[in-house]
Formats: sequence, structure tokens, C-alpha cells
Amino acid sequence: MNFSAFNGRLATLYTTCAILISAGIVSLVSAPLFDHAKADDNLPADITTIKVKPSTADSPFKDLYSGWYFRAKETQNLQKDDFENPGFLWVEKGQELWSKVDGKAGKSCASCHQDAQKTMKGVGAQMPKWDEKAKRPLTLEQRINTCRQENMQADEWKWESDPMLSMTTFIRLQSRGMPVNIQSDGPMEAWVEKGKKLYYTRVGQLDLSCANCHENNYGKYIRADHLSQGHSNGFPTYRLKWQKLGSLHRRFKGCMTNIRATAYKRGSDEFVALEIYLAHRGKGLQVESPSVRN
Amino acid sequence: MLKKNMKFSAAFLFITLFSSSVYHPGTTIAAETIGPEQVKISDGEITKPLTEKAGDPGEGKNWFSSRKLGNCLACHANEKMSDLPFHGEIGPAMDGVAERYTATQLRAILVNAKAVFGDETVMPGFYRVDPGQRTAKKFQGKTILSGQQIEDIIAYLLTLKE
Ligand code: HEC
Ligand code: HEC
Ligand code: HEC
Repeated sequence: MNFSAFNGRLATLYTTCAILISAGIVSLVSAPLFDHAKADDNLPADITTIKVKPSTADSPFKDLYSGWYFRAKETQNLQKDDFENPGFLWVEKGQELWSKVDGKAGKSCASCHQDAQKTMKGVGAQMPKWDEKAKRPLTLEQRINTCRQENMQADEWKWESDPMLSMTTFIRLQSRGMPVNIQSDGPMEAWVEKGKKLYYTRVGQLDLSCANCHENNYGKYIRADHLSQGHSNGFPTYRLKWQKLGSLHRRFKGCMTNIRATAYKRGSDEFVALEIYLAHRGKGLQVESPSVRN
Repeated sequence: MLKKNMKFSAAFLFITLFSSSVYHPGTTIAAETIGPEQVKISDGEITKPLTEKAGDPGEGKNWFSSRKLGNCLACHANEKMSDLPFHGEIGPAMDGVAERYTATQLRAILVNAKAVFGDETVMPGFYRVDPGQRTAKKFQGKTILSGQQIEDIIAYLLTLKE
């Protein structure tokens, strides 16, 4: 949280309600900040990369924390054990689809990309990626659909469909443990900027921006929810509330609906730009997909 | 903008007509509810209540915890509601708030927190129309709380003494 701005706000409060000036108010108005030193005590010894130093110059964070850190013990444990993690049902389906022939060209993903463990290693960590042919960045979903249409002559998969979620999860798993590492310079720069602008724009009847919750208030409870820094490294994620796996854009939609805003569409340029900006500000965090969240 | 104002004055007329015939038979009364466009904040205060009917602290207590309405509990802890789970930590605890603010100051905070705490505050304005961009259709042209609900919550907050 920006302390000088906060104090400036207090100053306005003081001048407007001069009678209320008292040392007591300071402690009342400044709710507890996220305590980094205390947080370190709770870091598990075996997962050191839940917390990393930001690697981008414009990062607003002292440390980056994966969303895993803010979840309850039981939820954390579900993610740590691949046999318990319900997200692995989708991984299995994705693995089957990888070598399933589909479309008029009579091909499967494996026909061209062979062994996913080798050819897809690191790919998920770099998405969204600039596509020279399309002259725009493509998310993993969009890249898969490009291959389905152009290389397999097969129908597109819908964004939130089971096969799409299975395939994106299977491909992201091949980058698990690798740092998020998207390109954010060159032609991607304008998209990072577009996403950043959206991130700080207040929307909805509650008039809040993504930053208001995930940057100014992470580590605090908002009703029953422990606010994280809102990173994307765990997606697709298995949410206990959804009882299924969901895409990052589904999460965006949920956050916007909660503040009573009209959400953008999944796959829209706005959500693609937000996804790019999130990956940019989360560079260095480990890919965790499929993560488990409440 | 014009359309919004027209919609608003239609609602306004409806309230005035309805209440003068039901509650005050035979009398023509002045505006009963001060609408979100009319309400004026000066020096962090709104001196005039938004409604003629006095706030009901019992109702105010409901609005304070209701997820669909005030949902104040999402951001503010309140010891007097320790029977309810999940108190938020985004804003200061409400314990003893009656000793820190007067009714007129609380009214200003609730109507438009930004006018009191500054534009950066995350506390929503509960009596404002379309403050942010892209307000969802079903909430367009509407305030989060009605004038009466604001008065009810103020009455409830004034009971929170330490
Ligand atoms: C009113 C507060 C609020 C706002 C505003 C908000 N979110 Fe969230 N968001 C939450 C809560 C609560 C959760 C669930 C707990 C958590 O991970 O923080 C969440 C979760 C997330 C997650 C999942 C993090 C993880 O590790 O699983 C992402 C990503 C996210 N939000 C992105 C956004 C974006 C992008 C915006 C702006 C369009 C936004 N949020 C606006 C409250 C908010
Ligand atoms: C006919 C061959 C062919 C088929 C079939 C095919 N692809 Fe591709 N795929 C390509 C080519 C060519 C590229 C571009 C390679 C490049 O740009 O380096 C590509 C790129 C990709 C990329 C991006 C790789 C990177 O390094 O950024 C992904 C992900 C991908 N394909 C997934 C799939 C999936 C999933 C399927 C099956 C649903 C599939 N592809 C089917 C030929 C194919
Ligand atoms: C999204 C979170 C949020 C919600 C919802 C919210 N507030 Fe606040 N509120 C805050 C914050 C943050 C502050 C501190 C002011 C600042 O510095 O921005 C605050 C300050 C206050 C204060 C001044 C407290 C003090 O001790 O100085 C009062 C009174 C208050 N809120 C009442 C309410 C009521 C009543 C509701 C429900 C109708 C409500 N708030 C809903 C975030 C919220």
C-alpha cells in the first residue's frame, strides 16, 4: 500500500472533521498491513518458490506470493498431492485427447507435436505469446484453436468446454515448476500497457479496480475470503466452489460480476490484455497448474 | 444524462404521490426523500436526513450484515455481531464508531465515502448513481442502498459505543 497517499487521505479526513483529531484515530483507520516478516514464518520448507522477488521493474510488490499461500491448509494440501488433486481428472482427459485423431485432416496433436512432455515443456509458461501470422498475441486457448482449425481442419473448442480445459491443463502441467516468463517487450508492450490500464480502472456499482483488492488489500480478509495478490500462475484452477476446473477468464468474469460490473467476454481483447499484464506482473512465480482454490 | 434525470424524477414523483396519499392524507408535502443527485456534502457532513422517517436501528443492523445490501461486514469487523461468522478487515472495525463520528458525518461517509476519505478509498459510495464504468445492467441508474436504508444504518451505527 502506498503510505504517502494513505497519509494524504488521513490529512483530508483530519481537516474535514477537525474535532476528531486524536492519536487514536490513526491506529483505528490504518487497518493492519500485510506483514511480510510474519508471513515468512508460515512458508512451507518444501515449497520455496511460493514466494519470489519480483523480476519486473514496475512491480508494485516487495515479494510475489502465489495464491496458494493464502488458502486454508486443507486446500493447500489438496494441491500438493497429485492423487488428491481433482484437477488431475482433466489432466488425464487432456492426455487422451492429445493423441486422438480429429478433423478432416485426419491428425491428432501428437501427429505434429509428438511427445508433449518434450515438445510442450515450457510452452505454457510463455503464454500468451506473440503470433507473427496473426499479428497479435495468442492465449493458450487461442493457439490450440488455431491448430485445430488450420492444422487439423477440426472445429474450435469453446473456451470453457471440457476438452479445452483438459488440453490447457495438460499443456500447462508440462511447465509445472518453471517460472512464468512471458515476453513483455517489442510488440507485446502495447498489450501489457492495455492490460495495466484495465487493471487500475475502477468499474461497477462498487466502483473498484482489480488493484483495490489484490494490490492494496492482499493478506486481509474480505468477508470469508483471504485476499491474494491475484496472480495467474495456478490456472486453470480447480475451484471447490465451482466443483470443477475453470479458466483464468472465468475467474476474471467472477471478480467483475462481484463488483456489479458487466464483465468482458472470455477471449475478448480486454481479457487477453489483462491475462498478459497478470503474467507480466507475476513473472518468476512457478507455474502450478492445476492449482486448487476454494 | 437527461434520460437518467427523467427516470429519476418519475420515481421521485411516484414516491411523493404514494406517500402523501397513504401516510399524510390530505396534506401536500414537500420532497420526502432527498435523491442522490440532490444530496450535498459540505465539510464532510450532510446535515439533513435523507428521509422524513427516522432511521430504525433494528433494520439498520440487518442491512449492515446483508450480503445483498450494505454488506458492510465484508470490510468492517463489528464486535457486536460476533455471532455472525466472517468479519472483513479492509476498513477499520466499527467498534465505538458512534464515539468517533456524528450522524451528519456518518451520513456523508455512507452517501459518498470518496468525498470524505478522498478518491483513493475503496469504500463504495452507497447513495450514488453509476459511479464506475461498466455498471452491470441490472444495477444501472440505481443506488446500492435506498435513502431509508442509509438512515437505518446511521441509527444502528449510533448504537455502537464502547
Ligand atoms: C472486491 C475485491 C476484488 C476485486 C475488485 C477483484 N477481485 Fe480478484 N479475487 C477476489 C477474491 C476474494 C478472490 C479469491 C481469493 C483470492 O485469491 O484473492 C479473487 C481471486 C482472483 C484471482 C485468482 C488468484 C488465485 O491465485 O487463484 C485472480 C487471477 C483475480 N482475482 C483477478 C482479478 C482481476 C483481474 C480483477 C479486476 C478485473 C479482480 N480480480 C478484481 C476479490 C477481488
Ligand atoms: C499439422 C500439424 C499440427 C497439428 C495437428 C497440431 N499442431 Fe500445434 N502447431 C503446429 C505448428 C506448425 C505450430 C507452430 C510452431 C511454431 O510456431 O514454432 C504449432 C504450435 C502449437 C503451440 C504453440 C507452441 C509454442 O511453442 O508456442 C501449441 C500450444 C500447439 N501447437 C498445440 C497444439 C494442440 C493442443 C494440438 C491438437 C489439438 C495441435 N497443436 C495440433 C502444428 C500442428
Ligand atoms: C469494500 C470495502 C468496504 C465496504 C463494503 C464498506 N466500507 Fe466502510 N470503510 C472502508 C475503508 C477502507 C475505510 C477507511 C477509510 C479509508 O481510509 O479509505 C472505511 C471507513 C468507514 C467508516 C469510518 C470508520 C472510522 O473509524 O474512521 C465508517 C463509519 C464506515 N466505513 C462505514 C461503513 C458502512 C456502514 C458500510 C456498509 C454500508 C461500509 N462502511 C462498507 C471500506 C469499506
